[in-house]
Amino acid sequence: MAAITSDNHGLRLVTRYVVLTLIAIIFVFPLIFMVMSSFKPDLQLLRDTSGIRAFLPVGDISLNNYVAAFERAPVALFVFNSVLVTGVTVLLSLLLCSMAAFSFVFLQWRGRNVLLSIIIATLIVPFETIAIPLLLLVSKLPWIGFDGFTIGWLNSYRVQIIPWIADGLTIFLFVQFFKDLPRDLIEASRVEGASWWQIYTKVVMPLSGPVIATAAILKFLVMYNQYLWPLIVVQEETYRPVMVGLQYFFQLNTAWGEVMAYLTVITVPVLTFYLILQRAFIASIASTGVKG
Amino acid sequence: MAQVKLRDIRKSYGPVEVIKGVDIDIDDGEFVVFVGPSGCGKSTLLRMIAGLEDISDGTLEIDGIRVNDIEPSKRGIAMVFQSYAIFPHMTVRENVAFGLTINKAGKAEKSEKVAEAARILQMEHLLDRRPSELSGGQRQRVAIGRAIVRDPKVFLFDEPLSNLDAALRMDMRMEIGKLHQDLGTSMIYVTHDQVEAMTLADKIVVLKDGKVMQAGAPMELYHAPENLFVAGFLGAPSMNFMDVTVGSVNETTVSVSNASLDQIDVPHKGRNFVAGQTATLGVRPQYLHPATDGQGRLHGKVMLSERLGSETVIDVALADGSKIIAALAEDSIQEPGTAANFDFNPAQAHIFPETR
Repeated sequence: MAAITSDNHGLRLVTRYVVLTLIAIIFVFPLIFMVMSSFKPDLQLLRDTSGIRAFLPVGDISLNNYVAAFERAPVALFVFNSVLVTGVTVLLSLLLCSMAAFSFVFLQWRGRNVLLSIIIATLIVPFETIAIPLLLLVSKLPWIGFDGFTIGWLNSYRVQIIPWIADGLTIFLFVQFFKDLPRDLIEASRVEGASWWQIYTKVVMPLSGPVIATAAILKFLVMYNQYLWPLIVVQEETYRPVMVGLQYFFQLNTAWGEVMAYLTVITVPVLTFYLILQRAFIASIASTGVKG
Repeated sequence: MAQVKLRDIRKSYGPVEVIKGVDIDIDDGEFVVFVGPSGCGKSTLLRMIAGLEDISDGTLEIDGIRVNDIEPSKRGIAMVFQSYAIFPHMTVRENVAFGLTINKAGKAEKSEKVAEAARILQMEHLLDRRPSELSGGQRQRVAIGRAIVRDPKVFLFDEPLSNLDAALRMDMRMEIGKLHQDLGTSMIYVTHDQVEAMTLADKIVVLKDGKVMQAGAPMELYHAPENLFVAGFLGAPSMNFMDVTVGSVNETTVSVSNASLDQIDVPHKGRNFVAGQTATLGVRPQYLHPATDGQGRLHGKVMLSERLGSETVIDVALADGSKIIAALAEDSIQEPGTAANFDFNPAQAHIFPETR
């Protein structure tokens, strides 16, 4: 038997860390490039891309790009819109999709397997194919709000939120997680006299931390990165989200420095959200085998 | 406190019938154990009593009321699961009080009942811990505690000890026995372990393939098994069976023999035999005793001696090639290869018309 020496072990450890560090650098370099470039004037920014200087805070460093970006577009409004739309959608999606999954897994009703298959099948339909039919639909939907009865949802927050609440992937994630919960816990709750609603709120959801984190982050990214849908349903600046706002910077001459400043600003909410849920997210990837 | 009555209870999954007409009466305060091999339907039967499985046919009564279509929580039962089924995100106190919380019991009532259950199970010091900080035995105690606070008419236990190690299992077995003595509530207990069945039960129900093979007091089943299955299932080591030929039948006994067994008259206990048929003779290993050379009814060769301390178990190959086991006093060790002669009291033997 070959002896496992400590040298051997050490070498393997070093190799492992070198490889991991390289991968980490590859992933983090675009971010560093974005942040560094946001402090540089356009000419220097473009010149620096040819070398390592692109990743270093050297040369003419200032906050001018940020000032200019905030002058060119209502950045704060766009970020507010995106955070609002994303936040509300994520919350409603977690609530409704988990309830749907609960029903699929724990309640007995006719046709639930067929319906679940159909819902999962929707995952393979690209959004682009249903964008136009959906647009026609929402443009004719009625609504009762503060200004009374209206027809058409265009130019609103709800048109960016409601069509995105229920989705196959989130339901699927919850279904898979619920299936792995020990049946005995549910049955014990029933024997103790818990209603289905109580089982949902007091037993199932408190145990679903990992899948809630996963679903929340995936949904957050989808919603925060929305581009095509808000582009076609929102014409007014009041309701415009960050990704569509990027268009403001691609006019006759692209102001690359401002683009980078704008991107740096709109990345902050994503990173914050991820860092908050990071631990649970990693735990859930490890436990469910679902890759984000 | 309640009586439980099962009348022609049946359960089918599609065309497959798994419980095939079971009748059982459980008296007030009785400790009944369902025992049987894997897949005999004992857990299904318990889950039907609990209300976790629908009853396909038949009547289930608890305390004189038909409960077939009544919700589990309204049946007056409490159940302890094999996996404990305690909630990992709650403390022991919250777990034990779960049913009370769900049913919106008052704070005072809740703490009083939890304290009482904790006192009975000696787990006062565990109340603020989480299940992950508990050992298997402690978790089982929490599960039992949760059942106690419900103050049920009937306790249901689904193989509660099978996840515990041997030593702990014995401790918990005694505790469950003591709990029954203290509370005096009817209990239904499912196990595949015949030791648990023999030690705990007032009444044992032996099940096989969804049917009741025999129900009765433990010693009644041990001494007077009604069929080959019950005879072989209860007792350790299990009963020796020998294929024999019936010579003659008279009023109380049948005369049987085979190649390794000299003719012997065994009480037939009312079972029907005809001369010339083959039958099965059963003798418990404990009732075999060594006989001097040339004497005795069974002749063979020692294959193996197993010393267990309190007794010695000897495997014997008989002349016709079959094998029997004798459980002898502690120091009766016999060398493998030596000839062995055994005798037994015919009154302690059982004769069954069916063959193995």
